[in-house]
Amino acid sequence: MQYMMMFSETTQEVNKRNDPEAAPAYWAGWMAYIGALSDAGIVVSGNGLQHPSTGVTLSIRDGKRQILDGPYADTKEHLGGYFIIEVESLDQALEWAARSPAATNGSVQVRPVLPPPGQ
Amino acid sequence: MAMSDLGATGAEVNQTLEQVARTAYGRLVAWLAFQWRDIAAAEDALAEALLKALQHWPDSGIPNNPDAWLLTVAKRELLQQHRRKSLLADSEFIQLFNEVSEDDLVERSSFALPDHRLALMLTCTHPAIDEAVRMPLMLQTVLGFSVEQIAPALLMSPASLAQRLVRVKKKLKATHYVFELAETCDLPQGIHTLLEAIYGAFGVSSDDMYGAEIRSLGLQREAIYLCELLCELLPQAAEPKGLLALMLFCSARQPAQMAGGDSFIPLLQQDVALWDSAMIKRADQLLLTAFALRQPGYFQLEAAVQSAHCHRLFSGFTPWQAIAALYRQMNAYFPTWGSRVAGAVALAEAGELEAAWVQLQSLDESVARNFQPWWVAQAHLLTIKGDKAAAKRAYQQAIGLSMHKKIIDHLVRQCDSL
Repeated sequence: MQYMMMFSETTQEVNKRNDPEAAPAYWAGWMAYIGALSDAGIVVSGNGLQHPSTGVTLSIRDGKRQILDGPYADTKEHLGGYFIIEVESLDQALEWAARSPAATNGSVQVRPVLPPPGQ
Repeated sequence: MAMSDLGATGAEVNQTLEQVARTAYGRLVAWLAFQWRDIAAAEDALAEALLKALQHWPDSGIPNNPDAWLLTVAKRELLQQHRRKSLLADSEFIQLFNEVSEDDLVERSSFALPDHRLALMLTCTHPAIDEAVRMPLMLQTVLGFSVEQIAPALLMSPASLAQRLVRVKKKLKATHYVFELAETCDLPQGIHTLLEAIYGAFGVSSDDMYGAEIRSLGLQREAIYLCELLCELLPQAAEPKGLLALMLFCSARQPAQMAGGDSFIPLLQQDVALWDSAMIKRADQLLLTAFALRQPGYFQLEAAVQSAHCHRLFSGFTPWQAIAALYRQMNAYFPTWGSRVAGAVALAEAGELEAAWVQLQSLDESVARNFQPWWVAQAHLLTIKGDKAAAKRAYQQAIGLSMHKKIIDHLVRQCDSL
């Protein structure tokens, strides 16, 4: 069964990436986690995302386009990255989610991947 | 009516209810479940009775025997349900139910319920039940915990846990035999799986002692309560005493482990002055009583290891040779991944580095890969061997597999100090 782990980080946490003092510890945590995840041989795919300020949000309502730079202003947590993993159960997926730095500093959403139609 | 003279205040009622829920919930559910052979129905009926108590007691006063009052209402509820479902009236059940006359029950303050909690616990943790739900099922039926309380502690989704509990209760209802099995089953084996479930709820495994991992579930008091109950119900069994001693040894050291605030203090660096010496003595006494029964077992060995660690309080040193010997016994008769890793570390501390290394490498690679304590032990042994680069890599892996910030910070410090 495939699950997507979506890592949400607070603004404060995500800003550590560009803070010379906090960045080494920030990245060390993620590198250790990603290393363990890769060695477990369960990763299907995954990516980290650039700073939320680089994002653009688009919506079309009644034919009218709205395009906003960055995340919604009132969002406290931002999607920082995701992994799709192949594990036997939700329990196992939650165990991996709990090990991620985002579990302690933000939150992780775990969702089963929709299988392709016909399966 | 033998009720209190005055109506009870809301606070009083709530307090009594809470007390009843804590002390009698399991007893009442166990008794009802065994008469009715349906745990879910027993729980629902008791929940209804608790609700009625909240409505009535503020006016009528708290009955002299709240247990009996609740049981009577719950029984009536079950009978009504039974009739409502227009199931065939099973005269045997009804008779069983009516054996204790209702009015009689409420009047008698000395009423004592036959205690079926052991059988209920054995049913909940029966080997035929999926291992993952044994402990939650016991916590729910014997202690009245809600799914919302249990699920996060076990790192499970509340919805999926609730679903699994419903399923297992249906299965138990469909196969009455499990109840009977619990009464006549291979008792030592049944008790062992029950003790494992209690130990799981306690949540401190031997892994934590070398600073590897904390698996605290916040259910330690409840685990100790259940085990004390078990010791009471089975005075001639050694293993429950072993487990109780084991949990007390670990609890006794907790103040020292917590003393660091945000930083984790591993066993070997703990200030023994902060250990609870009275609790340690009580645990030692329990363990001696268990040994005297001459029924060796896993939990007594685990407790003996912890007793040896607590020895430092009285002697000032840790008897590593003895600890390594105890792990040798444990690994010969009751091997677990944790005990093999901890045994390897004990060997290393006792000066047998090569044997320790061999033992650690003998663990199946597919297990070791994701087993955080293995990586911590690996890093520790590599550090002693002087292979700093490999030790650092092992620490990285351990950090990636850790869930607790305190532990992660501790391991990062260890790694950086290389």
